[in-house]
Amino acid sequence: MSATALPAPAAIRVAASPVSSPLALAVGRFRSRPVAVAGLAVVLIFVLVAALAPVITPYSPIATSWSAIRKAPSVAHWMGTDENGRDVLARVMFGAQASLLAGVISVMIAAGIGVPLGLISGFFRGTADALIGRIADAMLSCPFLILAIALAAFLGPSLENAMIAIGVTAAPVFMRVARGATLDAATNEYVEAARALGNPKWRVAIRHILPNIVPPVMVQATLAIAQAIIAEASLSFLGLGQQPPDPSWGSMLNAAQRFLTQAPWLAIFPGAAIFLAVLAFNLVGDGLRDALDPRAR
Amino acid sequence: MRRLLLAAAAAVSFTAPAFAQDAPTQTLRIALRQDPDLLDPTLARTYVGRIVFMGLCDKLFDINEKLEILPQLAAGYEWTDSKTLVLKLRPNVQFQDGAPMDAAAVKYSLERHLTMQGSSRRGEISAIEHVDVVDPTTVRVALKTPYSPLLAALTDRAGMIVSPKAAEAAGKDFALHPVCAGPFKFTERVAQDRIVLDRFPGYWNAGAIHFARVIYQPIVDSSVRLANLEAGSVDMVEYILPTDANAVKSNPKLRLVLSNNLGYDSININVGHGARATMPFGRDARVRKAFELSIDRTALIQVLYNGLYEPTAQAVSQDSPFYAENVQPPARDVAKAKALLAEAGVKTPLAVTLIVENSPIAKQLGEVLQSMSAEAGFDTKIQQMEFASSLDVAERGDFEAYNVGWSGRPDPDGNLWNFLHTGAPLNYPGYSNPDVDKWLDEARQVTDIGQRRDLYAKVAAQTETDLPIMYLDVPKNIVGMSAKVSGFVPVPDGMIRLTGLTMAP
Amino acid sequence: MGSHFNRRLAQVVPTILLVSILVFGLQQLMPGDPALVLAGETPDPQVIAQIRTELWLDRPLPIQYLHWIGNVLQGNLGFSWRIREPVAQLILTKLPVTAQLAVMAFVIAVMIGVPAGVLSAVKRNTVFDYAASAIGLAGLSTPNFWLGIMLILLVSVQLGWLPPSGYVPLTEDWRQSLATTIMPAFVLGNAIAAVLMRHTRSAMLTAMGQDYVRTARAKGLRERIVVIHHALRNALVPVVTLGALELGTLLSGAVLTEQVFSIPGFGKMIVDAVFNRDYPVVQGVVLVTATVYILLNLLADALYVLINPRMRAT
Repeated sequence: MSATALPAPAAIRVAASPVSSPLALAVGRFRSRPVAVAGLAVVLIFVLVAALAPVITPYSPIATSWSAIRKAPSVAHWMGTDENGRDVLARVMFGAQASLLAGVISVMIAAGIGVPLGLISGFFRGTADALIGRIADAMLSCPFLILAIALAAFLGPSLENAMIAIGVTAAPVFMRVARGATLDAATNEYVEAARALGNPKWRVAIRHILPNIVPPVMVQATLAIAQAIIAEASLSFLGLGQQPPDPSWGSMLNAAQRFLTQAPWLAIFPGAAIFLAVLAFNLVGDGLRDALDPRAR
Repeated sequence: MRRLLLAAAAAVSFTAPAFAQDAPTQTLRIALRQDPDLLDPTLARTYVGRIVFMGLCDKLFDINEKLEILPQLAAGYEWTDSKTLVLKLRPNVQFQDGAPMDAAAVKYSLERHLTMQGSSRRGEISAIEHVDVVDPTTVRVALKTPYSPLLAALTDRAGMIVSPKAAEAAGKDFALHPVCAGPFKFTERVAQDRIVLDRFPGYWNAGAIHFARVIYQPIVDSSVRLANLEAGSVDMVEYILPTDANAVKSNPKLRLVLSNNLGYDSININVGHGARATMPFGRDARVRKAFELSIDRTALIQVLYNGLYEPTAQAVSQDSPFYAENVQPPARDVAKAKALLAEAGVKTPLAVTLIVENSPIAKQLGEVLQSMSAEAGFDTKIQQMEFASSLDVAERGDFEAYNVGWSGRPDPDGNLWNFLHTGAPLNYPGYSNPDVDKWLDEARQVTDIGQRRDLYAKVAAQTETDLPIMYLDVPKNIVGMSAKVSGFVPVPDGMIRLTGLTMAP
Repeated sequence: MGSHFNRRLAQVVPTILLVSILVFGLQQLMPGDPALVLAGETPDPQVIAQIRTELWLDRPLPIQYLHWIGNVLQGNLGFSWRIREPVAQLILTKLPVTAQLAVMAFVIAVMIGVPAGVLSAVKRNTVFDYAASAIGLAGLSTPNFWLGIMLILLVSVQLGWLPPSGYVPLTEDWRQSLATTIMPAFVLGNAIAAVLMRHTRSAMLTAMGQDYVRTARAKGLRERIVVIHHALRNALVPVVTLGALELGTLLSGAVLTEQVFSIPGFGKMIVDAVFNRDYPVVQGVVLVTATVYILLNLLADALYVLINPRMRAT
């Protein structure tokens, strides 16, 4: 996640100090915030757990045991067993793969589509703005469910298709956020000055506007991860998303819904995993936001 | 062929307690698992809708807990020959708009069921050729061919009689303000929120009705239905999840009433419906048998339904006189299953795709079957689909195995013919066996219970061999209610009959 | 300025048309035959054919669309195929419910989210900042069904303070109405509060680094005045953007919460309609939600100019 998001600073250099590169500066600023570093550590731990799940856990996430259904946490099963007698800890660990992928990739798709369009829309205004804006309005008001059912039927069931569906439908939100921030930033004196100096429009947009829309987009991205993780589970019921019996945190929560009072651990552990991951992403997001803020030196 | 006229059943009807002399003032609130569809007996399709009709529309006949047919709007009947049914109607019965419920109304309603555009009843009584009014309380129903399930069909929506005046005036909009001859009249409906019925003082059996108002509330979430019952904001819940049953049972303020359901849960297997039938699963009965042998129905029921449902290998309910004793679900035998797969010469693990509905419980069923069948050499893939999409693939034959349940009908024909007869509308597997067709047709024509039982036993044995439909379990009707409610009679159809029901203040 | 908004208003109708065509097209892409769903438990081929004819399902798609849009232009939204009730009436009974719930949830979200975001920014990197973020994100990552059911079990079943579910209209009994909607509004509002809080915090931090805020501070203005009058005002752009979007989402996206609390609103209606292939209801509701979305985004644009008057420039 962080590795793919980091190259951005090169593009948003405003007035680099002569000694260190902006990237080094940003890394330094990030590292000076212990909470952000802690967040990054948690994200990395989740990634490691997801990758190494088969090695770490003694249980298979799909091994059922009819004689041990919905057993409370114990020494043998630290997080208890689920409705099919499967080890919840193993499922939380393996579920990290699907859920983190669903969260991060779909948000990258959404931001990848939404941010450039929002920038164009807010900076160039006029016809482009009207066209993009109305398409976004149309997408926002079209029920997600219809799109999901149609996609499930045409693309077939898979986690990748769920990511596409979530990413595409979340794009208008990113577009609106980027557009609003662009409109605001475009009124800054230095932007107007840059324009007055005869810089080409696209150059002004990338050099002077983009850095200003990073903070709200970063906040939106880290929030959207939580929504995407939960959306993946709803989609799995339509045939999109993680396929049973493989776990994802969201689908574990869905299965837990019938047993909230009888077996609360079924909801609590995947819920806590989502919360921790989302919190960590947000802390990293805050750190990145500060590190990339052109004024915060 | 002749049957005696049933007694007017006064004994059943007028057992009202003494306090019922004054007009009742209580309201009964019943939680449903879903929002019903059209409140028009001709067009209605949903199970929960049938529960609302118990208050709204009386039927020609009813069934009791032993599945015996009782008179309701009909006082009695007689088969004058194998194709002629004479119905004697209860005299002096009124519709909720004050119009008389007479022979003309019965003729009108049956014809409406038969001919109205989009009628969902047509298939249930299409054996009827014409209906004649003999006198105001006598109707003669002439059939095209002998059809023994007819009376059973008339215990459900096809036997509901609507006010011709109201139906004529409203046309297709009758569902918005239905007028029937049931104990409660329609007052108000707010879609997805409530259906309100108020006591109809002119009801023919008004003395047995002890509520001024009934409110049906769809509450989709099972935990929330239970919470409402616990909090006392509903008095009855039509269906409690098996896994919630203990919570009701252990609560002294609540009561749980269980009865066997008339339906079943099953896997339909594509054996002759298009290209997907040529997979080994559809082609070779040994492969299907191997799958069945890999399933431990008792464990499945324990895991999914808290052990409350019953294992089965046939479509007919244990409570029915037509239940085939000799067809029992086989015990799990993985070694035999593997041997059968080897005999069939398929390469294991054999991939099979199972379509399940998009509910957590159906998904869990899929996972249990997946895990059990894996040990015998199946690689079962679960494909979750919402209902309309699954209906579409089932209809087109674009499936290998499809998990589908049936709410059940009192007559075995209603659980069998439509599903197993060649070309029948719900025969998704594309099953076609001339013997089974012959037995099913014959069982429609004969009326002797013994003869019909033998025919249905042959059908059950044959289909358990061919396995176009793998029956898994018989659900239970699990009704939860406040301990103050008394007089509830559990009938296998799962309906909540309001006659005789009372509630302590 | 005026002409800009006139232009935007002029775009409303074509956008709604675009949405209706989009939804109409997507419905056709969905598998599932409405006639099959409507034919019920014992489908009779003849009955299926009758249903197709009656509902115009046997006509070419453009004809079906023109038929529908023609009726809409005459004020007729058709009727629900599933329960036969006129779509306009369904919408009229559910719009007040949905609007009430959405407004209550939104008010809760703004009342919690914006002040918490401002305080977080002001007290940046303190215990308060981290605690507010953690609590807010916990709200966001808690599934609505979980929070909803827990609230019902605690507040209604254990304590008996509020009715567990159902809805009473405001016009009937406003106390009961608030009692039935306060829990779902809280469940919906708390997740949105987290979104608003995070955006407010970030925007406040940006605004407080700007020159004019530094200038204000340098002029010796009291910190509270600087924060409220200068920074907050300029921090509102992303908050307004997200507020408009979230308010729109509340109209049709509150499905699970409506389901848990048995609130008969738009979200549940549209999901049921899609699952039952009740197309007139889907289309009717989408017309309404599309209009609301467009108007909300228009409102957001108007608010931008109020917040930052220089934005009207182009």
